Amino acid sequence: MLATALGSPAPFGQSQFAFMRGNAFEAKVKADGGAELLRLLYERLGGSSAAPGPDVATPDLSAAGPEGRAARTALALREATAAGGWALLDHPMLALEVAGSPAYLEPDAVVVHPDGRWTVVEIKSFPMIDASADASKVGAAARQAAVYVLALERVAAVTEGAEVGQRVLLVCPKDFSNLPTASVVDVRKQRAVTRRQLTRLTRIEDIAAGLPEGTTFDPACPSEELDAAVAAVPPAYAPECLAACELAFHCRAKSRAEGAVETLGRSVRGELGGLTTVAGVLAAAAGKEGDPADPTVAALRRAAALRAEALESAAVLRAGAREAAPVAGAGAREAVSVASAGASDGPEGAAACR
Amino acid sequence: MSLITTLARLEAVDTGRAQPLATVRHRHLTDRPLVLVPLTTAGEAGAPLGALVGTDREAPRLLAVAQPRDRDLRFAFLAELAEAVLPHIEAYADVVEPAERNETDPATGKKTKVEVELCTDAGQLIVPSRAGVEFVRLLGRSMRFRRTAEDDPDTPYPAPARVPLLGRWLTHYGERARVPGSSLLLAATDLLNRHWATGQSSLEDQHLGALLSWIDPPAGSSGAEAALRAELARDSEGQLLCPPAGPATDPDFDNRLLAPAIERYDRARTALASAEDGLAADARLGELSGAEREIRSLLARVMLPTWDAVWRGLDLLRELPEGSRAEDRWTRDRWSFTAHRDRVRSGEPPQPRRDDAVTAAQKLASRETAQAQLEAQEALDDPLVLAGRRLAGEAFLATVTDVEMTYTESKRPSPRPLVTVRTDERPHLGERTKVYRSLEGKPQTAEFVRAEDEPDQDGDVLLVLRILDRMGRGKEPAPGSVPEPGDRIAWTLFEHDQRGGPKLPDPEETPWTHGGPPGADAATRAEQPDPVTPEDLL
Repeated sequence: MLATALGSPAPFGQSQFAFMRGNAFEAKVKADGGAELLRLLYERLGGSSAAPGPDVATPDLSAAGPEGRAARTALALREATAAGGWALLDHPMLALEVAGSPAYLEPDAVVVHPDGRWTVVEIKSFPMIDASADASKVGAAARQAAVYVLALERVAAVTEGAEVGQRVLLVCPKDFSNLPTASVVDVRKQRAVTRRQLTRLTRIEDIAAGLPEGTTFDPACPSEELDAAVAAVPPAYAPECLAACELAFHCRAKSRAEGAVETLGRSVRGELGGLTTVAGVLAAAAGKEGDPADPTVAALRRAAALRAEALESAAVLRAGAREAAPVAGAGAREAVSVASAGASDGPEGAAACR
Repeated sequence: MSLITTLARLEAVDTGRAQPLATVRHRHLTDRPLVLVPLTTAGEAGAPLGALVGTDREAPRLLAVAQPRDRDLRFAFLAELAEAVLPHIEAYADVVEPAERNETDPATGKKTKVEVELCTDAGQLIVPSRAGVEFVRLLGRSMRFRRTAEDDPDTPYPAPARVPLLGRWLTHYGERARVPGSSLLLAATDLLNRHWATGQSSLEDQHLGALLSWIDPPAGSSGAEAALRAELARDSEGQLLCPPAGPATDPDFDNRLLAPAIERYDRARTALASAEDGLAADARLGELSGAEREIRSLLARVMLPTWDAVWRGLDLLRELPEGSRAEDRWTRDRWSFTAHRDRVRSGEPPQPRRDDAVTAAQKLASRETAQAQLEAQEALDDPLVLAGRRLAGEAFLATVTDVEMTYTESKRPSPRPLVTVRTDERPHLGERTKVYRSLEGKPQTAEFVRAEDEPDQDGDVLLVLRILDRMGRGKEPAPGSVPEPGDRIAWTLFEHDQRGGPKLPDPEETPWTHGGPPGADAATRAEQPDPVTPEDLL
């Protein structure tokens, strides 16, 4: 909403086909009291415990509000651990402190083993084809599960005999079917990274304290006021933001207007040393600014000279080729212009297929 | 990204137009490439939604699936796709030229030349984006293990006749696309990104519409403005003016237009099934085909802009002259095409789900060789690419100032001329480092002897190189094979021709550490078709 009010709405959204498919698959996996899910889990992470029978506990976790549900989940986890049997918690609610304020998380499922181990289960609808899935999607699922593991550890710390498994179960459709298959994902690394990032986050109160008095992010405000309010919180835009953040297009416009080199990618910044703006880099490359003793500036000037030389030699070469074969050259140009004329009336021509 | 590429991107930001990254075209384009613009159903793995396919930009063939969750409709789509793609591929399979190939005689172990056929050209496939290349692989995987009624009369839900064959070809194309420098299956975005640097990040460059806006912005508009319009602009119905190049569709399109249309189609189909007499059935059949036509026109509407964009991209690329060594890489593609044709004709089974250890190692090794070869060939073809290598100290341009003849001290002395060159560059040369230059298209080797003295006031240094080969068999070097004073020559520190590594063992010799030889369990390893479920909810 804030992004729309700022005039840079983010093009996010989920197709209802994907949504329906995800829900249908999750329902299939959890059908019959989660029998299929527990079978997959026992096959891959069962250990020495007895196989889950038909007496698996599936506690009711409904309660009013997220706090209530989180408390209910904690209670159910404690009871299930004390009972020493298999238990499946469907959509439990967990709380985790992020930057000083509580965030509520809802994993797809958590399974309690008879030995007191808790395992996070993540159900995704992307396929595992020939036992391998898209690496970037698996990575995202692992990071997501690591956050659940961290949140569960807070509950486990105050529960006797409980331990949170660092290996989570990823359930996906097998090949091109809707039959579930599962894979164990070790999330120790993702968990460590997330925990470190969480402790390093600036607390929201500290950010708020740095803002001028009376700053508001109410989307109903006039867009200039909002613009100023958003500008009061310094962004750190990088192209990766586009895939994740609703405000990314707004930040990109600001970042481009400032001429920041990060708009071309984070790695670019590392290459250019102390030069942070497009104009600054180009001026240094052209020899108008900058200290020639600075290795970055020297490298830039050399790069600019080499690039100019190469482009010039190519142009000379091409002109030479044209002169040597004027007929062929003219023919080629003519062919190109005919081709581009063809491009302009492409839609009409192509309309014939409708 | 190298500094020289970064600089080009910054120049693009500054000028508002993409800047050249190459002065010649580094990929071969055939006269009649087959363009394929596929769409897939969101959230489903193997459920294509539609496609535009064809070799004529004015007449794309529209294929559509009215209900992607219906197996029969999907099979009909794949059968139609096979009819559109396979004739294109097969048209090249029979036009051959004689060629020679080195083969090792299994009995004697001697290398002999064998006369074989080589297709004079190969079918080229162009998709809009890298995701499209992955989708071609996925389609190939989903089809190649299918059984037709002819293969196995007892198979449940038999696939249409030519679908498994199409799966094998698409798998081959998808696999070949992973070889650096190959041109059998190309993504338009990759092609354009290789030749132009835009003023946006490489992440944003994956958007075909935005990419074209930078390279060829409409009159009176900067690349950045045009790209933003391509990314975000929507019409009065809330639909993107420049739909995503696929295979994924825009969620807004799915939710607002496609889902209601598919629902109408489903309703019309149910109504037709429950029609009681012929007259009612006729009317309902009319409704059904109306609903189907609507879905087809919706899909055509989101695919046509991409179809046109791919062709426009090809036009832009054809304006660049082809690099002289691109043809050599295309010949390798033709070999690969011919080899797959032979495998299909000899009745070999489809490509396995997973490669065995030896095949996988061979593929990796050949891709490494192809990568090194591609880098070398692009630098030799293109002064702009060479400039990047010069900046990195991997090549240098130098003027010959002096040539001194020396000879080896053997019974039959051979020429080893010492060439002194002047350059202002600082290549990473160590003692006896080999450097190469191109002499009539063949590499000539020299070794670095010494740097003559400290840089003069212009920053120039004198380097002494000893020429080692390509001077003929006699005592005196063949005319033209030794540089002369005044020549300006590009020397590279990298080899021009890449040799593959040592030969790998035959699959039968696979050590147990790598899974052991296949064979013992070959019967169980034979690829089974994917199991089919009776209910057809994907």
